[in-house]
Amino acid sequence: MAVKDLKIVGQPVKLRDLDTHVTGETVFYEDVRVARLLHLKMHRSKHSHAKILNIDTSAAESSPGVVCVLTHEDLPGKKVYNGLAGAGVGPEDEPILAFDKVRWKGESVVAVVAETPEQAAAGAAKVKVDYEELPAVFDVEEALQDGAPNLTAHWPNNHYIYPDNHKAAQVRFGDVEKAFAEADHIVEDRYDTQPIEQAPMETNGCIAVPEGDGRVTVHSCSQGLQFSLDTTAGILDMPASKLRFVGGTVGGGFGGKVDIMPEPITTLAALRTGRPVKFKYTREEEMQVSSSRSGWRVYIKDGVMNDGRIIARKVTTYQDSGAYLRFSSYGSMKHCGSMPGPYSIPNVWVDSIVVFTNRTPSNAMRGFGVMAGSFALEVQMDKVAETIGMDPWEVRLINAYREGDMKSHLKPVEDAGMVETILSAAKLAGKDLPENFQNMSSLDRKAG
Amino acid sequence: MASQIVNMRVNGRDEQLVVSALTTLQAVLRDKLDYTSVKDGCSQGGCGSCSVMVDGELRLSCLTPVQEVNGSEVTTLEGLNQSNSITALQEKFVEKYAAQCGFCTPGMMVAIKALLDKNTNPSRDEISEALAGNICRCTGYLPIIEAVESVVAEMSGSAGD
Repeated sequence: MAVKDLKIVGQPVKLRDLDTHVTGETVFYEDVRVARLLHLKMHRSKHSHAKILNIDTSAAESSPGVVCVLTHEDLPGKKVYNGLAGAGVGPEDEPILAFDKVRWKGESVVAVVAETPEQAAAGAAKVKVDYEELPAVFDVEEALQDGAPNLTAHWPNNHYIYPDNHKAAQVRFGDVEKAFAEADHIVEDRYDTQPIEQAPMETNGCIAVPEGDGRVTVHSCSQGLQFSLDTTAGILDMPASKLRFVGGTVGGGFGGKVDIMPEPITTLAALRTGRPVKFKYTREEEMQVSSSRSGWRVYIKDGVMNDGRIIARKVTTYQDSGAYLRFSSYGSMKHCGSMPGPYSIPNVWVDSIVVFTNRTPSNAMRGFGVMAGSFALEVQMDKVAETIGMDPWEVRLINAYREGDMKSHLKPVEDAGMVETILSAAKLAGKDLPENFQNMSSLDRKAG
Repeated sequence: MASQIVNMRVNGRDEQLVVSALTTLQAVLRDKLDYTSVKDGCSQGGCGSCSVMVDGELRLSCLTPVQEVNGSEVTTLEGLNQSNSITALQEKFVEKYAAQCGFCTPGMMVAIKALLDKNTNPSRDEISEALAGNICRCTGYLPIIEAVESVVAEMSGSAGD
């Protein structure tokens, strides 16, 4: 098929709701109008790590306008969850409402439902929790040291345990230590990325509406509506068929609305009160409480030859999951699989470890696990070029994968286009490459 | 504190409301009068998604106590739709793909209308300056600015791109 015959590729596709975006008529979850709406606010942990000694809700219950107060004792189903439990990820480790300990500053402890948002906030502020503060850990490598404060018995060494008792998501390809011994140069460095808040314009939230037939309709801005529905059903110990989740219009997500955050507790509040309930994160909660991109620490050691070939790459990555697992084990798997980058390196060793610290639990953001890896790898490529005194474009072209090469995770390269992509970028950037490099192709390694 | 009565004309209709102290114009427009184009992105004057016009001036409704606008004329995007005064701008937004998630779009529309009411031939810098208080987290600023430039070009009679 000729390119000119393509009807979709290369053609802009109009957003289905673009026409109502520009008139302000698009209905976001918060624009749904329901009668007799109640509002939920959360009493949150002020400590990063503490034992809960007592929860006193009496002052909150008698606060003006308060209709309902929910603690962990009110949960009808399970007390802890993980949003990927349905896909076999476990053990479930995160309390819906804290009961034995709090493990991060901002963790949900008591939900307060009232006639107005102001009354709910005033009620939540009157909840009294007695704590015994515990030592906290905020650094991934400190968390793995002997004697570090332990967050939970689920993870005795503060790291996730992959199937078959593996500490890390792993890639093992060739023999890196043997290749390091043969290399002309060793290039090593450490790369850190910080947690990043996705900061969508619309904060996380939902409205749960109890229906006459016993079902609950939940208007949500979730990016993962099915995850939210399944997890809510599990937490409420009710069949998924009793829940109707309405979504699809998300006021910005970027991974920040994949988590299951407001829906389960709001649905429970609606069932308890028999009235519609809204739970909307404030901007402060969105920044402090909603899951961010993980912080990642990546160590890379490369064995490099004078002619530009990288013959060995060893990567050890620590992903800061924060206090609970959420989707981090999946993120670390993706990170691991994206190493050693779009380069054919004959000896590769990767360990990607999910570490638990007393920070805000983290989750997806645009390129889950991959962005931090790409940042580290491409800065490392420049350092490799600098070390051997070669042009950084040329180092990338020499090592770029070619059609049929075996990737380190044992999948052959198909439809390779890396060389052509670099050459096109060079042309756009006005970069003058030697003729033998301009003649390179993804189909073979002949030129260069 | 005692409640007060506030009179204002919203999108061409007279409204009389009983409000308590510190009630914001945003809360009245969204929750009492159901003008849901007035978004609530931050409640602290940081994002511009709640932008409206008060007597023709651009205002952040989340930082405006409603008592302050007693006797004023308030216009939201719903009101601009009624008057068809921004149809051309909306068409350019669609043509240039100047909206993604759509949450910032109503505030952008009002801010651009406020600019064009005062300056029918703004420069690119003046357009950027006028939108400096409106955040778009889908990072769609360039198509938004191009949509405005395109409307300006048509209004001034020169050929649009």
